[in-house]
Amino acid sequence: MTPLRLGFIPLIDCAVLAVAEARGYFRRHGLAVELSREASWATIRDKLAVGALDGAQMLAGMPLAAAAGIDPLAVPTLTAFSLDLNGNAITVSHALWERMQAADAAATAQRPVTAAALKQVIAADRGAGRAPLRFAMVYPFATHNYELRYWLAAAGIDPDRDVQLSVVPPPRMVDALARGAIDGFCVGEPWSSLAVQRALGCIVIAKVELWHNSPEKVFAVPRAFAEREPRRHQALLEALLEAAIWTDTHREEVAQLLADPRYVGAPAALLAGSLTGRVVLRPGEPPVDLPDFHVFHRYAANFPWISHGVWLLQQMRRWGQIDDRLDVSAIAREVYRPDLYRAAAQAVGVRAPAVDLKREGEHADPWRLASDDGDIVMGSDLFFDGTVFDPTA
Amino acid sequence: MIVDENAERAALIERGLRDDGCEVVATLIGRDDLQEVIGATRPDVIVIDMECPDRDTLEDMSRITQHQALPTVMFVDRSDSESIRAAVQAGVSAYVVGGLSPERVRPVLEVAIARFTEFQALRRELESARSSLEERKVIERAKGILMKRRGLDEEAAFKLLRKMAMDRKTRLATIARELVSAAELLP
Repeated sequence: MTPLRLGFIPLIDCAVLAVAEARGYFRRHGLAVELSREASWATIRDKLAVGALDGAQMLAGMPLAAAAGIDPLAVPTLTAFSLDLNGNAITVSHALWERMQAADAAATAQRPVTAAALKQVIAADRGAGRAPLRFAMVYPFATHNYELRYWLAAAGIDPDRDVQLSVVPPPRMVDALARGAIDGFCVGEPWSSLAVQRALGCIVIAKVELWHNSPEKVFAVPRAFAEREPRRHQALLEALLEAAIWTDTHREEVAQLLADPRYVGAPAALLAGSLTGRVVLRPGEPPVDLPDFHVFHRYAANFPWISHGVWLLQQMRRWGQIDDRLDVSAIAREVYRPDLYRAAAQAVGVRAPAVDLKREGEHADPWRLASDDGDIVMGSDLFFDGTVFDPTA
Repeated sequence: MIVDENAERAALIERGLRDDGCEVVATLIGRDDLQEVIGATRPDVIVIDMECPDRDTLEDMSRITQHQALPTVMFVDRSDSESIRAAVQAGVSAYVVGGLSPERVRPVLEVAIARFTEFQALRRELESARSSLEERKVIERAKGILMKRRGLDEEAAFKLLRKMAMDRKTRLATIARELVSAAELLP
């Protein structure tokens, strides 16, 4: 059988794919797999469309955008596996951070930092006739886009009017900040940590603080592949599930592995910071404890919650990317396939949630979710602004 | 406008496009000021290496109406799946800026695909030439080791090497490499 080709982007959240390859989980499930390091999300979409890739790490919004008909080049794609929770951060330039502190010392002394101080800086700029501040994220359908917008909007900043948003690829982000082309960004690791290490920026809020244990990348395949090769698809899910369990509990080793230029190719010490939950937020400061900065398996992290799809589609609607009349619940059910996850989980003896939807923003502490064969310990699911999300509303 | 991570290939494309009667307004190699350069040079078409992360910036610019220059990916629908496939295989993508008709820019993409394919073939040829030279050398060394250690003549040493490769269902060069590195470990 021809090997399966799976695409990934050099970011910490390709970890589960890298571990599945390097530690032989694919082989153990009878699979020949070639991982293919890709440079852009657009290229992953195009390679999946022409069959040059069989599956890939994807931004959760990409398969949803395809199903909603707003990405005409994409083929119908589904996901039965979430690769991680959290993992991103919003970072501002050192100069902007100082202006925020001067504008509202009380707001910037809190953690996580809200955009209240930023709102004052924006108002001052507007009064002085200065050009709007520029923020970057990584793709129009990226969680990073919705997180940045969510954080800005929670302080009453209009992300389309009050700032200028653009896409900068992750490996270019820190340089763009260095030469003053942007004033801040939302990106996956290790790029925020690199900005802090180079004393160029300060992390104002980590994704794990913005919405605790929120969905990040997915492993997705063209629907045609899942239908044509259900056995190999399930074997992939089983291998990834076992790799995710290992990844979640061997963070130092994961940092060493991802340092390899075949995967992320950044210094292991830089990768180890957020991977071990010890994150330096500002240059020269000691690291703070954010143990859930990356979650690869615990809290049912790999389960493809249909409610997560609904949340993302609602963000697309909120920001005018999709038509108000689209049935977001139907689209999410088409793309997110908990049934396929459950079959794989059962085969490798992992507990799977019995329900497909969950409310968010109601648990400040770890809680227990019932499954068919025992409880699953879940993490906190708060939004930093106290919102409650009901996927059935 | 050309965006490429590889300067040599970018030069090849630039020549190809000039020969075809195009004007190349900018060639960017590993630069991160894509948006500024597009704004300043106003290209009709952007030819971009698929190994460049900047594709995602172009994808986004095509959605935001506030940009004066609106690049759209060459294939706005999936009707032209053959050229999409050809472009992906060659590793190149193209974006049209400012509503130029697809018929007018198609030849540009065709030149780019041809040059990318040509460059790939050149690189493959170079690599295989390099590796076969390296393979010949290692086989010679392995033969020499067998002749010395087992007191064989050259033909017998080659036959033994070939038999070892056949028995283990591997290539001659692979077994020769293993033999050479094993011999290096022994006094």
